[in-house]
Amino acid sequence: MNWEYAPAPESTEIVSVDDTYGLFIDGDFTDPASGEYVKTINPATEEVLAAIAQADAADVDRAVKAARTAFEPWSGQPASDRAKYLFRVARVMQERSRELAVLETMNGGKPIRESRDVDVPLAAAHFFYYAGWADKLEYAFAGRRAEPLGVAAQVIPWNFPLLMLAWKIAPALAAGNTVVLKPAETTPLTALAFASICDQAGIPPGVVNIITGGGKTGAMLVRHPDVDKVAFTGSTEVGKDIQRAIAGTAKHLTLELGGKAPNIVFADAALDQAVEGIVNGIFFNQGHVCCAGSRLLVQESAFEQVMAKLKRRLGTLRLGDPLDKNTDIGAINSRAQLDKINRLVATGVDEGAELYQSSCDLPERGFWFPPSVFTGVSQSHRIAQEEIFGPVLSVLTFRTPEEAVEKANNTPYGLSAGVWTEKGSLILWMADRLRAGVVWANTFNRFDPASAFGGYKESGFGREGGPQGLSAYVKLSES
Amino acid sequence: MAQTTLGPQSLFDELGTAVDAVGAEQRAAALATRSIKRASKLWALDLAIRCCDLTTLEGADTPGKIRALASKAMRPAPTDPSIPHVAALCIYPSLVKVAADALRGSEVAVASVATAFPSGQAALATRLAEIETAVADGADEIDIVISRSAFLAGRFDDVHDEVIRSKEACGDAHLKVILETGELGSYGAVRQASLIAMAAGADFIKTSTGKISPASTLPVALVMAESIRDYADLTGRAVGLKVAGGIRSSKDAIRYLVVIHETLGDEWLDPRRFRIGASSLLNDLLMQTDKQRSGVYSDPDGYTLD
Repeated sequence: MNWEYAPAPESTEIVSVDDTYGLFIDGDFTDPASGEYVKTINPATEEVLAAIAQADAADVDRAVKAARTAFEPWSGQPASDRAKYLFRVARVMQERSRELAVLETMNGGKPIRESRDVDVPLAAAHFFYYAGWADKLEYAFAGRRAEPLGVAAQVIPWNFPLLMLAWKIAPALAAGNTVVLKPAETTPLTALAFASICDQAGIPPGVVNIITGGGKTGAMLVRHPDVDKVAFTGSTEVGKDIQRAIAGTAKHLTLELGGKAPNIVFADAALDQAVEGIVNGIFFNQGHVCCAGSRLLVQESAFEQVMAKLKRRLGTLRLGDPLDKNTDIGAINSRAQLDKINRLVATGVDEGAELYQSSCDLPERGFWFPPSVFTGVSQSHRIAQEEIFGPVLSVLTFRTPEEAVEKANNTPYGLSAGVWTEKGSLILWMADRLRAGVVWANTFNRFDPASAFGGYKESGFGREGGPQGLSAYVKLSES
Repeated sequence: MAQTTLGPQSLFDELGTAVDAVGAEQRAAALATRSIKRASKLWALDLAIRCCDLTTLEGADTPGKIRALASKAMRPAPTDPSIPHVAALCIYPSLVKVAADALRGSEVAVASVATAFPSGQAALATRLAEIETAVADGADEIDIVISRSAFLAGRFDDVHDEVIRSKEACGDAHLKVILETGELGSYGAVRQASLIAMAAGADFIKTSTGKISPASTLPVALVMAESIRDYADLTGRAVGLKVAGGIRSSKDAIRYLVVIHETLGDEWLDPRRFRIGASSLLNDLLMQTDKQRSGVYSDPDGYTLD
């Protein structure tokens, strides 16, 4: 007899979603000057959750002004006081963690298991971590004086809405900056909940401003003349546009863009754990991860064994209701993203790669894509070069460590990489040669606030996390 | 037994022995978050009862104690016919006759530990004689311990040969081989010992004696289940898994079932391929079954001690 797990949905009662949300500027929710609202939905059900204000140029200006006015008192107070606010934010996030997790899952489609166990705890951890740095900046930059830059414009993506907010806001505030943050168009709800957390934590009005809207709003925000610092996480295409737009200005810039990370498995690796790492690398958050291990490089002698284990493991992945505590694979974030995944997968098939998909049933409503693996992929295939940002793995083989490095580095990106082997010396040899901001050894997609994260080449520049993450938000001078 | 032609080293070469501790523990922890509710929980509780090796391994065990446990094994809830009997009663060799008498006519098997349990530190001839006596007295299943002394000294072939001899001594009785994973030192060693025992003809591999801490853990069970799966893929022979030691709550038992379910598949969710060795677990399974059916907890004194 087969053992079927009964549905175990997390209750949504803890969450109260308003019908409409204004713009959080200067400590209050205000109506947009445009009067324009756009609906945000649950991608797993296509059900409308709320109407979200669309900020136009006047709203952007108002938000930047509020941040500018708040900057002097915020940066001028004793640093230990700033730390207190940030510790308070972190604690409130922990207290409201279940609500935030449910909201993140409802609005973004990711499994509750991930928002509950990864996104929200890590977001709170970031605030705790940078709260600790606030009054210790002189130790982060020994022998130099660190001063805040001013007003930071921050534009974040839809894959980890609350976590990316934490990566952006925590170091900015710790260093004494004020911020205007724009969440992604499809996933504004946890950022708007964060506005109420700022309120609860007593953060002074204007220090954190959250404005919502689409790409246009983001473009206006990063171009605003009174913004001192731009931080963007998202697509390489938009990142390039931002860099062009602010060239020649005094604005500081950090970009965290796309990736096509290699996950490299040597034949001597602990294969069961490597398979877990492969699965976690590409199917975590439906593959909506900039550092996803989307290219599996397997040593040819272990190829068949790894593929057999991987295919079997695919069969146990549970796709469905993201709010169900047993769901492993949730919904694709938006129809547009689903279309893009479908397009690129069709390209892979056209180019002659062999597609294997797990046989799970897809729900009728909402946006879904089954876990997919391409074999017979070569370097010249588009699916080996372009970021799909979905649950689609391309498998290539290699014979020697040199070949693995060559293939791994042979993309325009360089955000992350994984190496699986029992040989410590080989891990170090590989890490020296891989052009990636993060190299994971015998693990994948592990994050810690104390560890810097960022890319090479078209994956962007600047680091988030660790003391390095602070340097994006300070100007340094000889003390 | 064609599979015994694969000796330890060739099995190691074929299937690999590397296990990454961080990854294995992470995977086990993730499986432990599975939320098993309602009908699926009732089904799991029923299965856990059917997979129970009700165990007493104390110096103070007497014929009276064994007879009492035997009746508990056959009818865990005397007033509730919907509750199944357990798989086996697991006892010391000297009490096998008593157990066999008490269980006669029932479907509950007599399982006996043997081979100088729990240390295994006796001459091979002594250990084999112990198996033969237990089987002659009526044991259906024999739980032996591997020689950790030989294993940790790197004498894998000796461990392998001793299990083969034990299997021969068992005759028709089922052989469960205890690896005593708490003494092996690493997950890689657990995998090696699993492969050795399977290659030597074990019907089941078993985590622990219950006399050593740590006894069974979820990551250890995962690593053993993966070894069983890989061995079955290679040879076509399905070996069972028994977890034992420290499993007291229904929650723990269900976590093991989840690990089996998602590693080995539904075919292993059967007392012929999975066992839980435990003494106090059974009453919690009964209590949770009643709770699941009625919505309220019953008085613990409503469940018989033995």
